[in-house]
Amino acid sequence: MRLVQILALALAFVAASAAGQDRHQGRNLAAQCANCHGTNGHSQGGIPGLAGQAQAGMIAQMNAFKSGQRSGPAATVMHQIAKGYTDEQIALMAAFFAAQKPAK
Amino acid sequence: MQSSNRRFDRRDFLRGAGAAGALAITGCATTAAPPAKVGRVIVIGGGYGGATAAKYLRMWSEGAIEVFMIEMNRSFVSCPLSNLVLGGSRKIEDLTVGYAGLREYGVQVINDEVTKVNVDKKTVELKKIQDLAYDRLIVSPGVDFMFDQVGALKDPKARERVLHAWKAGPETVALRQQLEAMRDGGVYVLAIPRAPYRCPPGPYERACQVAHYFKQSKPKSKVIILDANEDVTSKAGLFKAQWNGQYKGLIEYRNNSEVKDVNLATLSAVLDVGADVKADVLNVLPPMRAGDIAQQAGLVTANNRWCGVDWLSMESVARPGIHVLGDATLSAPAMPKSGHMANQHAKVAAAAIVELMNGRTPSPAPMMANTCYSFVDDRNVVHVASVHAYDPKDKTMKTVPGSGGLSTAASELEGAYANAWAKNIWHDMLG
Repeated sequence: MRLVQILALALAFVAASAAGQDRHQGRNLAAQCANCHGTNGHSQGGIPGLAGQAQAGMIAQMNAFKSGQRSGPAATVMHQIAKGYTDEQIALMAAFFAAQKPAK
Repeated sequence: MQSSNRRFDRRDFLRGAGAAGALAITGCATTAAPPAKVGRVIVIGGGYGGATAAKYLRMWSEGAIEVFMIEMNRSFVSCPLSNLVLGGSRKIEDLTVGYAGLREYGVQVINDEVTKVNVDKKTVELKKIQDLAYDRLIVSPGVDFMFDQVGALKDPKARERVLHAWKAGPETVALRQQLEAMRDGGVYVLAIPRAPYRCPPGPYERACQVAHYFKQSKPKSKVIILDANEDVTSKAGLFKAQWNGQYKGLIEYRNNSEVKDVNLATLSAVLDVGADVKADVLNVLPPMRAGDIAQQAGLVTANNRWCGVDWLSMESVARPGIHVLGDATLSAPAMPKSGHMANQHAKVAAAAIVELMNGRTPSPAPMMANTCYSFVDDRNVVHVASVHAYDPKDKTMKTVPGSGGLSTAASELEGAYANAWAKNIWHDMLG
């Protein structure tokens, strides 16, 4: 496992523990994405689903949107949205989606 | 003893609704033993705010919260995308979704209208059926119109001719019919009130859609926008690029042009300053305020128009135990009155209500995000996006610095995303 992946998972673990006070923070944050990506990340089509996506991969994607590294067709709006969230919040959202059953 | 011929109707069902067992049957059939009921939430309004709240309350309480949603329309009709009906690329049926999906989540969808909220007794009175009691109430009524601020529009007869079509449904279709009946070379006049109003980019999208229709079918016709505001209130550069581009010569935009009255004899918009503007089709968006039931329930706290809320839970600052969602709220800074936003309000409210009804406290750090897509023709779209975070010092939602933004230009790719947004959000709110 690459160091960045280990650090990302560690961050997610720490974030999840700290969020024990706010036990549904990951779920609540992820719910904001449902308007475009579907309830619990189960897309109805046209925009990618997020359910069951690997946690480290999603964190990497969101970081790429945040830093402007991911451009091209997909970055019409996600780079603007991703910049609204902290690393901790992104880790929580990614953990939530990773725990969802992927669409059949 | 009851007669065996007596029809079991909704009244019977609701009289017995206090019993925990009755509605458990209609809940999600996931676990063997349904959770003990913690109480009942009534939701007034089955639109972007109300429907989302109803579904998420059922989901996140795992069926423990009984949810009654009261909506006067039989089906949901989306205001977002309804301008496409005017442009001719969609039919109203394409924007219409039934409530069967919500029923599958165990929401009791009641096709009725709330006439009164009894805040002390915690009951609502309805037009068709008997009073219903609630533990918590969600009011998501959308907007109603201040017709008295546009002179002759006080008269309901005038409003049959001068439409707003700012609540999607039959009026949208009627306005399209007015446009279809208009002669080539006619003038469509659109009056926009001072902000804040429902859907900031909506009127400018409408102007584009009507221009799109004219360009194809009545090319000698014109669109005149009478905007009470200093400038286009949303996506200004992007809309003006269209008006100077594909719609050059078709659309005339006038700022600082507030319509105060209509002259029905000449079908003209009467301005505060300047000459009347004559129309063949006159479409006036009156100034707006929170839906009437919010006023009746004592929820309106600002300018006699909008409802102040605690952003941690969407609870009214005036009435504890009553939550307000969507357009009716006193918007936080830079927060648009959009369907997308109402959906986000609903999720914050649902999360908070589940905690509160279980004796816990809501999340201290809610977030909300918005993406508004506008169709500049039948397939090209521009967007505006924003992300809002709770500020505990000022106790409001504020945009996160460096986040959000606009499209660089209109594109068909964004058109595809806009259509996907519609499919996903309608499913997210209606199951």
